[in-house]
Amino acid sequence: MNSSCSCEVEVVNAQGMHARPVMKFVDLASQFESEVTVRNVSRRGEDLDGKSAMHLMLLDAAQGAKLRISASGADAGAAVEALAALVRDGFGMSEGA
Amino acid sequence: MEILRGIAVGPGIAIGEAVVLDAEDFRIPCRSVARAAVEQEREKFQQAVEGSIGELERQTQWLLGNLGREAANVFAWHIGVLKDAKLQQGILRHIQEKAYSAAYATSTVMREYQRRFLQMSDPLLVERIRDVRDIERRLLRNILGDTREDLAHLTKPAVLIAHDLTPTQTAQLADTLVTGVALDVGGATSHTAILLHSWGRPSVIGLNDVSTRLSGGDTVIIDAVNQLVIANPDETTLNEYRRQESNYTRLAAELDTLRDLPSITRDGESVHLLSNVEFPHEARTSLAKGAEGVGLFRTEFLFLQPSGFPSEEDQYRAYLETVRAMQGRPVTIRTFDLGADKYTQEKRYEHERNPMLGLRSIRYSLANVGMFKTQLRAILRAAVEGEVRLMFPLLMSLMEFRQAKMTLHDAMEDLEEAGIPYRRELPVGIMLETPAAAIQVKEFCREVDFISIGTNDLLQYLVAVDRGNEEVSRFYDPSHPALLRTLADVMSACTKAGRDCSLCGEMAGSPLYALFLLGIGLRSFSMAPANIPEIKKLIRLATVAQARRVARRALTFETERQVTSYLREETRKLLPEDPI
Repeated sequence: MNSSCSCEVEVVNAQGMHARPVMKFVDLASQFESEVTVRNVSRRGEDLDGKSAMHLMLLDAAQGAKLRISASGADAGAAVEALAALVRDGFGMSEGA
Repeated sequence: MEILRGIAVGPGIAIGEAVVLDAEDFRIPCRSVARAAVEQEREKFQQAVEGSIGELERQTQWLLGNLGREAANVFAWHIGVLKDAKLQQGILRHIQEKAYSAAYATSTVMREYQRRFLQMSDPLLVERIRDVRDIERRLLRNILGDTREDLAHLTKPAVLIAHDLTPTQTAQLADTLVTGVALDVGGATSHTAILLHSWGRPSVIGLNDVSTRLSGGDTVIIDAVNQLVIANPDETTLNEYRRQESNYTRLAAELDTLRDLPSITRDGESVHLLSNVEFPHEARTSLAKGAEGVGLFRTEFLFLQPSGFPSEEDQYRAYLETVRAMQGRPVTIRTFDLGADKYTQEKRYEHERNPMLGLRSIRYSLANVGMFKTQLRAILRAAVEGEVRLMFPLLMSLMEFRQAKMTLHDAMEDLEEAGIPYRRELPVGIMLETPAAAIQVKEFCREVDFISIGTNDLLQYLVAVDRGNEEVSRFYDPSHPALLRTLADVMSACTKAGRDCSLCGEMAGSPLYALFLLGIGLRSFSMAPANIPEIKKLIRLATVAQARRVARRALTFETERQVTSYLREETRKLLPEDPI
């Protein structure tokens, strides 16, 4: 069953969406079948491909930026939930992942 | 003869024939291809992607082994971008729909992304343009084959002139016959500058248009001592520099013989010579130069990875690598000195109007307690394996020190509860860099285990001069009587209180100030590893009695100029052959 789903989260890690968080996001997003897009709400940005290392870097999302993560596809709900948790968690950057 | 002025990175002088890389790196041979060749171009592109990923993976391995993890991490995102399906589709579509050549399609799409990064508000992201260019070049090289000058194929030593170097090109310099570098672009905190610095040969950057002014084959002098690049020098200048270059080489060889001799004055006073290090692998360089320990381990390099905030494990590994490399010798780790000019994480929506007086250094750490605690945990854990001392930078009040210590105790408790091994007893000190701390040095002496004077910032705050600002940088002079007097006062307070005091600013590595510093009682000098042999040579020629006399006299002068000429004269008596 196809569905779509979205959720808003805040970037909490000190560095924002820099290279390593971007790679973590891409790796996780790629595990889902659904299409994933991310938009930087704080900058009124466009929807960018959540599985693209280049596009996510273009989010221009520093600490404190609000992101809208959307997914559509069979596992949309799970994808949004997992990705939102990753962002909320500061990409696991502070607990030695 | 043409003389250009820039910013020096690394030591010494290089003279050689120029190899010039132009700003427009690749000439794309053809824009579009015959319809029938489209499939072939698509394949060419896909093979270039595979080839590029393979190169990067090999390079990452090489970097891990030779420059360490932080340098290797720079390229993780490059691999991610090459594997990016969206990006590949974009380029393939250009080839398919417009019958563009693989090279032209790649260049078009990558340049479009470079333009988008240019519009970012975060300066660190703008820096990413260079990474995107690097990826573009790698792809083009894989598509077109190596049609241009490849540095690895140089057959004789040469001086490299370029608009800019990517981190990849810079990291590979060590494997080439390049003896010096001159670049149009500048920026002391860029990845390229940091990699040039660890390469350790003379470079001058920020020259604006050197790459268009010089041509391949020109004779070029890179003078990192005076921050100059001299093109096609006249006979006299060239001979003078040849003499200096050979002097430099001879002195360096001679100084290396001092490595295993003690740093002790002629009248028997021991002086500790320590190193300032930026990267873990420099600990080995320190030992080679005869350092007795690391007096300042800057930790900001951890932010060099394009990735963002370094995890506790990343940090732990880096600290441990350094501690182990020093084989039981003391290592003073300074907590993050972020903000202002350092890899600023300018992740603010509004830039600070006056960052040097803003949220930087210990203030930044105390405002980001989570980050700070992570670092302290990593340091406390690494300290189990060696003589680690912990240092907080840029304090301006005792309250800050107390707050930092409280955070340290929190970090200890966390580790205790988690049952993770750490060192409970470790000396905790401050880097004395503000006039406020200098004035309150007695009070600080009651609470800290040691003091290390950071003269670079101390002088900047004392005379209110930004030395990075070329309009005023000539006023930034360590010979300023106010600085000398402040140093003498701080030393005397520390000596009275029995507090260990060292000096880790650039002054510590300058022969000009060694006698003065020795004379006011300094017994612990921390400097770039390359400076250690010369300071050791000077100390072995001096006596404390003579140094005291020099210091007393130096403190009587009213102007910088008098101080400098007096100290130069006294130093030359001991080192008649060295350039002071």
